[in-house]
Amino acid sequence: MANVLVCIKRVPDVSGQVLLSADGQSVDARHVGWTVSPHEECAVELAVQVAAATGGEATVLSVGSPDAVEQLRDALAVGCTRAVLVEADTDRIGPVDVAAAIADVAREHETAGTAYDLVLLGNDAADTGDFQVPVRLAHALERPVVTGISTVEVQGERVEAHGDGPVGPEVFELPLPAVIAVMEGGVAPRYPSVMGRMKAKKVEIETLTASGDPVGAGRVRLSLPPEQPSQVEILGEGPEAAPAVVDLLDKLGALR
Amino acid sequence: MTNTGTIVLVETEDGLATEVSLEALTFARALGPVQAVVIGSEPGDGLLARLGEQGVEKLHLATDARLAAYSAAAWAAVLVDVARSTGAAVVLASGSPRGNEVLAHVAVRCEVAMAANVVAVNGAQPLQVSRQVVGGSVLEEMRLSEGLAVVSVAGHACEPASAGTLTTPEVVEVAVTLTDADLVARVVRTGEKPVDESAALTSARVVVGAGRGAGSADGFTDLLELTELLRGALGASRVVTSLGWRPHHEQVGQTGIRISPDVYIACGISGAIQHWAGIQSAKTIIAINTDADAPMVTKAHYAVIGDLHEVVPAINAELRRRTG
Repeated sequence: MANVLVCIKRVPDVSGQVLLSADGQSVDARHVGWTVSPHEECAVELAVQVAAATGGEATVLSVGSPDAVEQLRDALAVGCTRAVLVEADTDRIGPVDVAAAIADVAREHETAGTAYDLVLLGNDAADTGDFQVPVRLAHALERPVVTGISTVEVQGERVEAHGDGPVGPEVFELPLPAVIAVMEGGVAPRYPSVMGRMKAKKVEIETLTASGDPVGAGRVRLSLPPEQPSQVEILGEGPEAAPAVVDLLDKLGALR
Repeated sequence: MTNTGTIVLVETEDGLATEVSLEALTFARALGPVQAVVIGSEPGDGLLARLGEQGVEKLHLATDARLAAYSAAAWAAVLVDVARSTGAAVVLASGSPRGNEVLAHVAVRCEVAMAANVVAVNGAQPLQVSRQVVGGSVLEEMRLSEGLAVVSVAGHACEPASAGTLTTPEVVEVAVTLTDADLVARVVRTGEKPVDESAALTSARVVVGAGRGAGSADGFTDLLELTELLRGALGASRVVTSLGWRPHHEQVGQTGIRISPDVYIACGISGAIQHWAGIQSAKTIIAINTDADAPMVTKAHYAVIGDLHEVVPAINAELRRRTG
């Protein structure tokens, strides 16, 4: 039996133009939706699969605003059975604080009788892109960690983790308990069923508050790269543009 | 003692520095004297000369047999040892998967902050940097900790350039102190080195990109022909790989591969941030799209307004005609 803790982050769902808050401290998400990164959707899927395969439980956790309940319920709807929200001021916390908050929950739950054999996270947050929370968490919990993993398989007291190295597939084998940072690509996240959504609504979400003074992210301000006026040269419309395209490719030295 | 100098983790392939590591070395020179660290592999014949072109003063080699199989914690142990023994002020690596993973271990061991995907340095003591966030569509100005600064450099933040003064790097072997815990999370097997299409994608000079406009899994015949005629590689947007039209390893974007070809031909791709993050450093971008207002069209250098299923076959025919 392997209990899995999977950590997700509520992030603005920006696909088009990004706006910033007036104080330059955050993305202005009033006019966009919220989501979790594709890496984390895959981490949730893996958590649910490992829990099902081993007869364990998948618990989902988020550190951040109370609104992250929405993302926690999404994870409950696809098979996580418990959820934890650690409320924190997202403008004041950084990767050190997030890792510490997750470690606190893992330790408290272990004391209360639920030890997590595996902690899964996304490889990097879609907004702050810090690339370090999984490693900091593993260090705090004194567990081995690997990042950039696309599939995992728990075999007794060990987990086999598959990822893509610089020149091809790589396999890691870690003793449990372990921390693993997941990258999109190994599994297809399932869609929630109506039943799943109904069930998710009824789960009571354990709500905590981050303790202590945050270290912060060192953020001075955010800015948008200067908007470049469009300089596109239209080569033509439809198939008639083909000769102009090939002329251009020739000029660029792309014909070989 | 005031800490000075930068040590740079240089990743190698077949004994030679990777392109992104050369970028990291060029970037590092702006901060002062540079020393390089190569871990787990024997240096190839041309490595020292390339490092000399980058103005590297000293190469720290860690060839301990236990480092042959990659382990981020063990690599970090080496970097921390070298940083302490040299009194370095900055530990720097490329923002590659390994670079970011190893630096995260360095930062936590040294109890300092880490800045990932940095594109510029704006101030010293403590170091203040600009880095890419939100898939490269937003810049964050970040202040690092007092003491050691840990920095990964965003891919293509600069072009590798030779130093004004060439050096002959002194080679020193690192006496590594590794614990069992450093070696727990190491690679135990590597897959057979397949014809790695994603590697072809990162090194291709011409990339043909395919988006939702391809229409279905059967809509790639003309695009693949164009790719072949140009001897390039095919890339896909996230929509395409999520729908299962093309395999995931072809995904170009924030959660896929980042590429910097000479020519990128974006076919039927709207140009959302997710995708733009992966192609923004292409030298020339040509968009083929039915929508003249799509971000991919307005941000491209050149565009053809039209359906890719009509435009691409016409380009293929023209290419065949001219190249015979």
